[in-house]
Amino acid sequence: MAMWHVAHLVQRRRETATACTLVLAVDDWPGHVPGQHVDVRLTAPDGYQAERSYSISSAPDGNTVELTVQRVPDGEVSPYLIDVFSVGDPVEIRGPVGGWFVWRPTEPAPVLLVAGGSGIAPLMAMVRARRATGSGVPFRLIYSVRTDRDVYFADELRHRAADDQGLEISYVYTRQAPDGWPGQPHRIGPEDIRERGWPPEREPQCFVCGPTGLVEAVADSLVAVGHDAQRVKTERFGPTGG
Amino acid sequence: MTDQYIDGNMLAGPLREIFAVDLSAASEQCATCGSTRPFAALRVYSHAPGLVARCPDCEEVVLRLVRTPTSGWLDLRGAVFLRVPLPALAPPVL
Repeated sequence: MAMWHVAHLVQRRRETATACTLVLAVDDWPGHVPGQHVDVRLTAPDGYQAERSYSISSAPDGNTVELTVQRVPDGEVSPYLIDVFSVGDPVEIRGPVGGWFVWRPTEPAPVLLVAGGSGIAPLMAMVRARRATGSGVPFRLIYSVRTDRDVYFADELRHRAADDQGLEISYVYTRQAPDGWPGQPHRIGPEDIRERGWPPEREPQCFVCGPTGLVEAVADSLVAVGHDAQRVKTERFGPTGG
Repeated sequence: MTDQYIDGNMLAGPLREIFAVDLSAASEQCATCGSTRPFAALRVYSHAPGLVARCPDCEEVVLRLVRTPTSGWLDLRGAVFLRVPLPALAPPVL
């Protein structure tokens, strides 16, 4: 059974103007696999409950779990978690859950990660776990963002691009590219997948996470370029009501 | 059909209240169009009473799950079968 656990906020880190990472200490946490998520449950004084799913963005690490939360305007849950929820406060979480959209460090195939916006969260857990386990599996990450101000984990990704042997990171900007960036802002398409991903004959595992439109376009591009649909795993961060 | 659907991966938590195994990696066959896919690839509509999971190919309902204060109601009439990954059979002990 995936049980409800009580978690307490240890620290909050701002990622972008609209997103934060919550560092939680969880009672009786059984550990997780990179890519899994938890369900967060809030209960109002009158008994009204709201549940939302959030991906775990941290590598497995004892009883610490990090969730990266993007503010949904007028949402019921995310504004509370970002603005009100304070260090020391409890929250209920159920998990870890999800056995499909996961990367296990024992799997030898190269990995392509494609993230759109906040969809980086579960993929970051994979990138971090790769380093933490000393895995030599080659990783390529294509990260689509509106502008460079919208990059989550920006400093860490900069360091990892230099330090993590076998990890290659490239960015696609949809609205405004940084000064000196070669190319024009655009939505990620088959050309990006072909140039910055793996050739299909390498038989990579592909993980795609982000807004529904991006995920479905990228999954279609991967199949069009020649990847086996069985090796393309997707997670759509669709409209969640916040 | 509204396009306000969310990801089948989110069924994992609610279904773990009922099943002993993680069903997000399980496959189902749609009873309407016959396509087979992991539960995680279904489209979930959560703004109904409960959760409604539809086939992305034919958009028919595969699963309904309603949680009341004391029960879970699971309607799987839209699925022909579930195929659940399990550990390899252990050798006989005798």
